[in-house]
Amino acid sequence: MLKMNLSHFEAAFLFALFTSVVLGVVTRNNDRDRLHYGIYTFVCFAVALFGLGWLMYLGHR
Amino acid sequence: MTAKEKEQKKPVPPLGTWVPAVALGWLIPGGGHFLLKRPGRGVLLLLAITGMFVCGLMMRGYMFQPQTGDLLTTLINTGGFIGDLCGGLLYLMTVAFGYGQVDTPGHVHDYGTKFLVTAGLLNLLAMVDAFEIAAGRKN
Repeated sequence: MLKMNLSHFEAAFLFALFTSVVLGVVTRNNDRDRLHYGIYTFVCFAVALFGLGWLMYLGHR
Repeated sequence: MTAKEKEQKKPVPPLGTWVPAVALGWLIPGGGHFLLKRPGRGVLLLLAITGMFVCGLMMRGYMFQPQTGDLLTTLINTGGFIGDLCGGLLYLMTVAFGYGQVDTPGHVHDYGTKFLVTAGLLNLLAMVDAFEIAAGRKN
């Protein structure tokens, strides 16, 4: 079987992408709201990812 | 009982209306949505959940086995096992084909383990969605 060797960022990005798609599909009642919620969730993941990344970087200086 | 409480407490629909959709949704991610004639959403769920599970396998994630011991061990292993089990056919096929990754240190394996469990938990969300559609509570 193929093996994946991802960095923290790549793995977290993939995680955010898959999770946002599912959360977008299952939580709202029409396609427009689903799309908006999926994008919103993905942006939240991305902001948390960069925020925590910077926090850990600054915390270790 | 207030009117709001009465409105919130909806009766459980007959088993025949939702069990096939939920069962198929467990076996095949998005299968319940296909059965309920929501193919677009079914495809998205299938791709996202299967993609996540396959990525978890390719990262050589660990499949949890139920274990007892102290509270934390029981919670992590049994909870993780339930999460893995929610993957349905993906989980059953992985076990049937003899996938046996040991719990190895390293961030890639660790992410893989989380991907496998989360894929199962997302499938659980998809099953709940299929139930609500089948019960007529949601479009």
